[in-house]
Amino acid sequence: MAFVNLKNREVQVKIVYCGPGRGGKTTNLEYIYKKFHSRFKTEMVTIKTQGDRTIFFDFLPLGLGKIKGYDIKIQLYTVPGQVKYNATRKLVLRGVDGIVFVADSMAVRRKHNILSLKNLQENLATYNKSIFKIPLVFQYNKRDLASQGIPLLPISTLQKDLNSKLKAPALEASALEGKNVAETLKRIILLTVASLERELK
Amino acid sequence: MTYCLGQPELDGIEQILKADLIDVGVHCVFLIDMAGNIIASLDNGENQHDIYSLAALAAGNFGAVSTMAKIIGEEEFSLLFHKGQKESIHFSKVLSDFLLITIFGQEISLGFLRLKVAEAIEKIKDNLGPSLGV
Ligand SMILES: Nc1nc2c(ncn2[C@@H]2O[C@H](COP(=O)(O)OP(=O)(O)OP(=O)(O)O)[C@@H](O)[C@H]2O)c(=O)[nH]1
Ligand SMILES: [Mg+2]
Repeated sequence: MAFVNLKNREVQVKIVYCGPGRGGKTTNLEYIYKKFHSRFKTEMVTIKTQGDRTIFFDFLPLGLGKIKGYDIKIQLYTVPGQVKYNATRKLVLRGVDGIVFVADSMAVRRKHNILSLKNLQENLATYNKSIFKIPLVFQYNKRDLASQGIPLLPISTLQKDLNSKLKAPALEASALEGKNVAETLKRIILLTVASLERELK
Repeated sequence: MTYCLGQPELDGIEQILKADLIDVGVHCVFLIDMAGNIIASLDNGENQHDIYSLAALAAGNFGAVSTMAKIIGEEEFSLLFHKGQKESIHFSKVLSDFLLITIFGQEISLGFLRLKVAEAIEKIKDNLGPSLGV
């Protein structure tokens, strides 16, 4: 539910990082915050439990400068990935304009990725949104673990499991090392802004 | 579901918030949607806050409290209010998709505030309604 303020010529856009628990959603936002907060002068808000798991959401606002004369304000959120927090996860998705699905590349997390994507589709449906229509980018995270000998899912498997029908852009990443974190963000922003432009025409 | 508001509507809303709330002693007021977007925000020039974070948290908090209400079989809780030592915060729903949030000090009573908020909301509806087609 993007909001266009014609008076200040400002557009507010909500992008949500989804995906299974411990997949690296919060780590993505923390990296973006560390990298850019001196430039954007924003603060990150997190609502966590003691064990560092997200219980409600993380929030990071970014002012992006102008696109076609409009000031673009991006609000980044993460949902809690743990299955038991579906009530709060659903709340965070309210009014979402674009989604990054952070999948965990570890072989042992294969089923968690698939179930989490299915849950996302169901939650979007309760807001009358289709996962096939909303701007979406996949991030296959934790690729760095390969160098430590931890079994990872091949990209082809991840694509087949998650992206065979959706055919969304997908990036390999390491949120911990910051690899492809900014690129993922850039991709979803471009997709989301393009989709808003189409909608407003 | 993108929506736009133009200068006349936004000016109208800001005038209402100023005359009905800021001018009677409210420190800070903002109108947001349930996604956490900020439609209008005003303060008295003395009490400024990080409104982007407040808006995100307020939308989340309101959503959480509404869901709790449903779980125990209530339509909604009519009073949403947190009292602090110096400042308090009050939430009020506007139409089905918006929230009016006021932050105020001890100079004004909760009863008076609720009265003024209710008046402001009636007027805001006239400004929001036509643009949103409700
Ligand atoms: N090796 C490695 N570890 C990562 C990477 N990304 C995240 N982690 C680690 O995985 C753990 C969980 O990361 P979080 O970012 O908290 O995961 P989350 O998706 O926010 O989890 P929930 O809040 O429970 O949904 C942390 O210990 C991170 O340091 C990565 O790219 N590589
Ligand atoms: Mg998290």
